[in-house]
Amino acid sequence: MQSESSTTTPSQHAHGHSVELRAVSVASTPNTAHSDTAIKVRGFSSWYGSFQALKSLDLDIPSRHVTAFIGPSGCGKSTFLRWINRMNDTIPSARAEGTLELHGKDLLAKSVDVVDLRRHVGMVFQKPNPFPKSIYDNVAFGPRLHRVYSRAELDQLVERSLRQASIWNEVKDRLHASALGLSGGQQQRLCIARAIAVGPEVLLMDEPCSALDPKSTLAIEELIESLADRYTIVIVTHNMQQAARVSDETAFFFEGRLVESGATEAIFTKPRNKQTEDYVTGRFG
Amino acid sequence: MGSLAVAATFSILVTTTIIVVLARETIGFFEFPEVSLGEFFFSLEWNPLLGAEKHFGIWPLVAGTLLVTVIAASFALPVGLISAVYLSEYASPRVRATLKPALEILAGIPTVVYGFFALTVITPMLGKISPSFGAYNAMSAGLATGIMILPIVCSLSEDALRAVPRSLRDAAFALGGTRFDVSVKVVVPAALSGVVAAFLLALSRAIGETMIVALAAGGIAQITANPAAEVQTMTAYMVQIFLGDAPATGVEYKSSYAVAAMLFVLTFGLTMVGRWVLRRFREEYD
Amino acid sequence: MSSAPPPSNGTSGVSGRTDGGPVPLASSAPYRSVARRVFVNRAFLWACLITTNIAVVVLAVLLISIFWQGWDTLSWKFITSFASRKPADAGILAPLMGSLWVCTICGLVALPLGIGTAIYLEEFSKRSRFTRIVQTNIMNLAGVPSIVYGILGLTAFARMFGAFGTNVDDAIAVGNGEGLLYLRLPFGSSVLAGGLTLMLVILPVVIISTQEALRAVPSSLRAGALALGATPWQTVWGITLPAAIPGIMTGAILSMSRAIGESAPLLVLGGLLLVFNTPTNLMSDFAILPLQIYNWAGRPQDAFHAIAASAIIVQLGVLFLFNGIAVLIRQKLQKPLQ
Repeated sequence: MQSESSTTTPSQHAHGHSVELRAVSVASTPNTAHSDTAIKVRGFSSWYGSFQALKSLDLDIPSRHVTAFIGPSGCGKSTFLRWINRMNDTIPSARAEGTLELHGKDLLAKSVDVVDLRRHVGMVFQKPNPFPKSIYDNVAFGPRLHRVYSRAELDQLVERSLRQASIWNEVKDRLHASALGLSGGQQQRLCIARAIAVGPEVLLMDEPCSALDPKSTLAIEELIESLADRYTIVIVTHNMQQAARVSDETAFFFEGRLVESGATEAIFTKPRNKQTEDYVTGRFG
Repeated sequence: MGSLAVAATFSILVTTTIIVVLARETIGFFEFPEVSLGEFFFSLEWNPLLGAEKHFGIWPLVAGTLLVTVIAASFALPVGLISAVYLSEYASPRVRATLKPALEILAGIPTVVYGFFALTVITPMLGKISPSFGAYNAMSAGLATGIMILPIVCSLSEDALRAVPRSLRDAAFALGGTRFDVSVKVVVPAALSGVVAAFLLALSRAIGETMIVALAAGGIAQITANPAAEVQTMTAYMVQIFLGDAPATGVEYKSSYAVAAMLFVLTFGLTMVGRWVLRRFREEYD
Repeated sequence: MSSAPPPSNGTSGVSGRTDGGPVPLASSAPYRSVARRVFVNRAFLWACLITTNIAVVVLAVLLISIFWQGWDTLSWKFITSFASRKPADAGILAPLMGSLWVCTICGLVALPLGIGTAIYLEEFSKRSRFTRIVQTNIMNLAGVPSIVYGILGLTAFARMFGAFGTNVDDAIAVGNGEGLLYLRLPFGSSVLAGGLTLMLVILPVVIISTQEALRAVPSSLRAGALALGATPWQTVWGITLPAAIPGIMTGAILSMSRAIGESAPLLVLGGLLLVFNTPTNLMSDFAILPLQIYNWAGRPQDAFHAIAASAIIVQLGVLFLFNGIAVLIRQKLQKPLQ
């Protein structure tokens, strides 16, 4: 996680075929859960007031892989995602019980400072939400909050974050133009760059493509792939094809329960649970 | 439907009539041999009523107005904006429910009551702090005017802050911002055009405020930056003329129309600038 | 398609992931202290809380000081007596009734005119150049100082542009000077001229608040009615207006409470009249409560300050009554919509 990147940029890769190749490669190594666990969940439940949104989840989210949460609307997948960086803290009636650990550290403990936690766990939202500031200031916003950078260091950091998010080439000539002038897909990649710039280990993505057109969606999916060996990515999606395309692991949520989780390939081809099968084959949801 | 369109046209008629009346009477004022455009804009003396020689230089009245407005603004703008940030970003619904009505009551109090408050409470308090504050002074009128425009600044700024989409706050929180970071570095900048427009509207209210300054600021038209000094504002001069028994055809009486025209131009200009700021700098969120 | 070696952490080697190493964001930049940032946040919260409470403290001081000064001299006799040179005998009957007359006239004209304008702008007008000009114009009118409206009222209503002679004495009179239907041109400093002048002041307020109330009606309601074959008129009368009524009424009442406290324009219109009668018809002379307060507050004697404070208590009482009704309407009627 600390070594310097090579000079190769993600955009230089031929992404066109990677999706198929990936499916093959996952199929050849179906069990990816052997890698170390980033996030450990045991007996995790949460409530909004008296409504129980999540019911006793058990899950291991592997480090530096893409894990997808799927399930019908209101099944609790987004709620769970927002517990991982404690975004639910802004909702007064929300509370949680059980174990939720990031690399062995209890995320629900009173001693956890959410400000510090969110430096390690970044988030990308459903709709692109760039600040009404310049592209540069958007990316620099997070780093400036947490550390004292020299101008040159910050320039470098902004460039590398934008490169990692595969958007550098499109914006390098207008870094100081308003971010709101970008297209929806570009804005979303900018938001990913903004999240990366803080240097997180985990990236949470809450339906990051649901507001985008198919072409922008493809760009984001390729970007997610290119990021997967550096970040632990958790993505919530409505789109099962998307889950199949980008994720190594899939967890299926239904009515606040975690019905089934495992290698994506297995979930989609030979689900153990009937509900999962019905859902992934499109019989409901 | 036709009658509704006529109703809508009425507002245009009002504006036109204001402009025509002010223009006609102001031209009438400048036709007096005692006055000239040059004196109006370049003389630094306003002395239309007393003394052998009358002087009609507008600047002392403008300066008095500005002094009161600056005092009002330096109280109301920071206090109003910070209150707005608190109400919009920090306050729990319960706290909001007790603070908002207080501001609404302040907004509904007639300005003559603020004038009375300035005269009977603020001025004596200032006198205790420093004997240099006399029975009439710009500070007292300015503070009372500041109290009067505080609810305007606060509620309009709060509207602007609340119009900032929640998604921006979420993004800033998710990057590890404290509520302070989120409010001050994201929400306020994102709402800046609305906040500035609120400020300009409040300033234009302060400039046009009449009863407070007529009661508390005094009646000496002079150019000064001393808040303890007695000043006359444009509106206070108009009150003096319309309450007095200057003959309706005299030059003193007509001068109040020229002052009113100046006041109209100033406040109208500020309103236009405020609308321009809103149009030009508003960020469109969908 | 490069076939780079698998990353060292043992993940499956998937093409497309092989560029670069791990997070390339190592930096020597010093961290800001989290504890300090959290402290700044808390300090700011307290600063905000204290600042916001300035408004509450000011309001409390204002109300207490006024009750302190004016409570002793407030009595039924004070409310039911006419003005007097001696503060002990003075009362506010004439200005109180004058305020009610003026505000009634003002409301009778301003509310239909303002609400009509708002309905036209929101519901019927195409987004044409004309409506844009009207809209901008209304916003600008809302920013015009009220004293300027006084000048307009003086010229247009009290003197009628001198069309009936420059003398304010009656040029044309209809009916008996004692009767209710008495009318003369120009209006002079009469309750009718006063009410119309105040109407000019609050008209933009009525229009803007009504527009906001109409905008708050979900457009799906209108679309629903139109889809059922209702004409635009039927939609407005049957659907939009009933849904917007609570908002419109709240705005109307708040506009009226603005009118009842407004004094500068009427000062321009008629000066400080010493009136010993309550108005009997539209042409009556009148005093109003805020100007009576101004008059007494401007005197140097404490005794006049005391009765000014008593009059303020009455004035605030009327205002709180208005505002209370507005709050009640908001609470009673607005719930089903939200």
